[in-house]
Amino acid sequence: MTRQDVVITGIGLVSSLGEGADLHWSVLSQPGATPVLDETAFAPHAVHPLPPLSLDAQIPKKGDQRQMEPWQRLGTYAAGLAIDQAGARGLVSDMHLIVAAGGGERDVAVDEAVASAFCTLPPDEAGRALNDKLGTELRPTLFLAQLSNLLAGNISIVHGVTGSSRTFMGEEAAAADAVRIAAARLSEGRGGIALVGGAYASQRWDLVLLYGAGNALWRGPFAPISARDGSGGFVGGALGAFLVLETAEHAAARGAKPLAKLAGVATDAVHERAGSSSATAAALWQKLGAPETGLGVLSGMTGVAEARVEEEAFLAGVKATAVRRTGSLLGHGIEATFPANVALGALALSRGGFYPAMDPADIGDGPVERILITGFGQWRGEALALLERVA
Amino acid sequence: MKDHLGRPLVAVTGIGLVTPLAWGREANWAAIVAGKSGISRIRRFPVDKLRTIIAGTVELPEEAAGGPPVSSAIRVERMAAAAVEEALAQAALGEPGAFPGPLMVGMPPVEMEWPQRFELARQANGNGAYTAITQVATGRTDIYETFLFGGVGERLAARFGTRGAPIALTTACATGASAIQMAVEAIQRGESDAAIALGADGSVQPEAVIRFSLLSALTARNDDPEGASRPFEKSRDGFVMSEGAAALVLESLEHATARGATVLGIVSGCGERADSFHRTRSNPDGHAIIGAMRNAITDAGLAPTDIGYVNAHGTSTPENDRMETLGMRAVFGDAPPPISSNKSMLGHTLSAAGAIEAALSLLTIRDQVLPPTINHHEPDPAVTLDVVPNVARKVSGLKHVLSNSFGFGGQNVCLVVSAAP
Repeated sequence: MTRQDVVITGIGLVSSLGEGADLHWSVLSQPGATPVLDETAFAPHAVHPLPPLSLDAQIPKKGDQRQMEPWQRLGTYAAGLAIDQAGARGLVSDMHLIVAAGGGERDVAVDEAVASAFCTLPPDEAGRALNDKLGTELRPTLFLAQLSNLLAGNISIVHGVTGSSRTFMGEEAAAADAVRIAAARLSEGRGGIALVGGAYASQRWDLVLLYGAGNALWRGPFAPISARDGSGGFVGGALGAFLVLETAEHAAARGAKPLAKLAGVATDAVHERAGSSSATAAALWQKLGAPETGLGVLSGMTGVAEARVEEEAFLAGVKATAVRRTGSLLGHGIEATFPANVALGALALSRGGFYPAMDPADIGDGPVERILITGFGQWRGEALALLERVA
Repeated sequence: MKDHLGRPLVAVTGIGLVTPLAWGREANWAAIVAGKSGISRIRRFPVDKLRTIIAGTVELPEEAAGGPPVSSAIRVERMAAAAVEEALAQAALGEPGAFPGPLMVGMPPVEMEWPQRFELARQANGNGAYTAITQVATGRTDIYETFLFGGVGERLAARFGTRGAPIALTTACATGASAIQMAVEAIQRGESDAAIALGADGSVQPEAVIRFSLLSALTARNDDPEGASRPFEKSRDGFVMSEGAAALVLESLEHATARGATVLGIVSGCGERADSFHRTRSNPDGHAIIGAMRNAITDAGLAPTDIGYVNAHGTSTPENDRMETLGMRAVFGDAPPPISSNKSMLGHTLSAAGAIEAALSLLTIRDQVLPPTINHHEPDPAVTLDVVPNVARKVSGLKHVLSNSFGFGGQNVCLVVSAAP
């Protein structure tokens, strides 16, 4: 089977810093960028909040906006930005789609009222009360806003993307595999254009509850990733990130200018909490050719300590010109972080530059010709992508 | 050993099944051929005030022995593990704990459920506010590990020693078919010689039942659980939620043949098409489901006339069965092949359905028996199809089966499974 080159022709990026490729380049390409934070609403955990979005620009029907909650809106919005940048509005009917998704929002008020009112009742009595309360209080449409595959569903409905639709679940690793498989399918001739990405709405108590239960969240005043001592932790960051991928031939045929070439994506999963991830990633890096010249790294380091130690060990063996820990400015956006860092990498290569330090531990300086994106997640799964400048 | 596009043919060498009818492939198949219903009144939790109080349920041994109900995440993992065990035993591929290929897991989204929320609220002195339960939940790695989306796949991958990162995915009611498609593609692209694909769902818990009920998707034929799922029948009025799991061991035909494995069939074609019409309904013109069916047949290098039987999506909702009829007539014209719905017996196993129905399609070819659509008493004049009403039918020469899966959110996947060449 002939493998075709895959390029990135559009990125859609929304973070706490704002929206769009131009804004992210102008903020992040200058030294001194500072994170946008809310340190009170979810104390003792800080979050990087969603920026204001002019939803009408990407989700014109109010009815569609009402059918979604912030997570689906964020993702649908970012997907639209990517399609726009690629100039691919006319290609959506045959565009393939892979979304990496978490779960959508719950009704926090109902959750709290029900848990407080019924938690001490005997199980059977609590069950009866629960049926009554949920049956009358839950909004029917909230189910659709909550279903993981309905971010993809909304992207199909709002933007008309209907080539195919798949939703991967599994936190950070799901996003890396979404990019890997979207690219592999194009490379082997299953379509000419694909949309892939994810979204994370950081201002959600249900997510703080889940990730907090695993001690994965940073507690206390904000600190950049390298300065989070002890067991570390991530600071959730609102993030919507989508990529338009195309075969180089498909892009050339329609005169679309690639931002970067997606030279390779490699993933694996060691089933151990500590001790093997760095070696696994090193093997993946060899698979990608381990280039040594003009190499920039955009690390998806979350701040969770064990994964950070593993990744630092891996990075120590990579001959990079410059390393940047994007999470210190954007926070960690779970399923959105890997595609967001691929997007930032494509952006830098297309602008012919790289980013100044984002974290006190960031070393080296550009220019770079190729960029390695890393994803070690909170601990599960190792993922690398390699981007190259398009000649 | 190659298909019409030069890709490796993908063989099935192991099948595992868990449904409300039985744990195990052959027991399930016997019950399906006998036209037995697996639907009953829900006993897992109180059903007072619920509009729908029937479902297909799979109890774990400790639940059957009187233990408290487990969460959906744990039920999915346990049923999936049982199905994979059975499929691996049949395929006899790989060493125990070291399977030579990736794992594709079709499963529902999972999340903390009410028993966990109540427990945390009790620990927070009766305060169910998120601030309070978040504080007492800190460090509860059991909750984190159980309800992370990647957890089920991670534990199954570790247990069976599959290679690479496991991929968990959802395409709503097409999920199980998508998982098989992912595995087929991995083998076709040469990523691996073998793969495990599974679909599992265990969502019969109060909030999920209420949510589906609020969408008006479920039948409330509570007085007649076994007669409640009646796909393609005139008085059908919604689907019945159900649970189960199916696993397939897939490998390139070349790999299977070289090691002398028994080939149970071929997954010869996969087709998909998304719909942009509505969150819960298909476009009335049916183009997405028609496209998915045609794409699968084309992908298999076949013509519609080669398809001898269709394993329906057949949910028993008025909408689905009408649209599926439209799709059948569009794809097959005036002489569509027989079509029947396993969901008439199993109910709608949601994320598992596509995998369970692909497994049953393979057994249909193996034994040359079309499973029936039970509860077919009054034909719907709008359904101009041979639905194999009520009684299984012996056939001969059946080589190719189309298995349809159409999901909420417009995600449609069809598979063609074929007899071993």
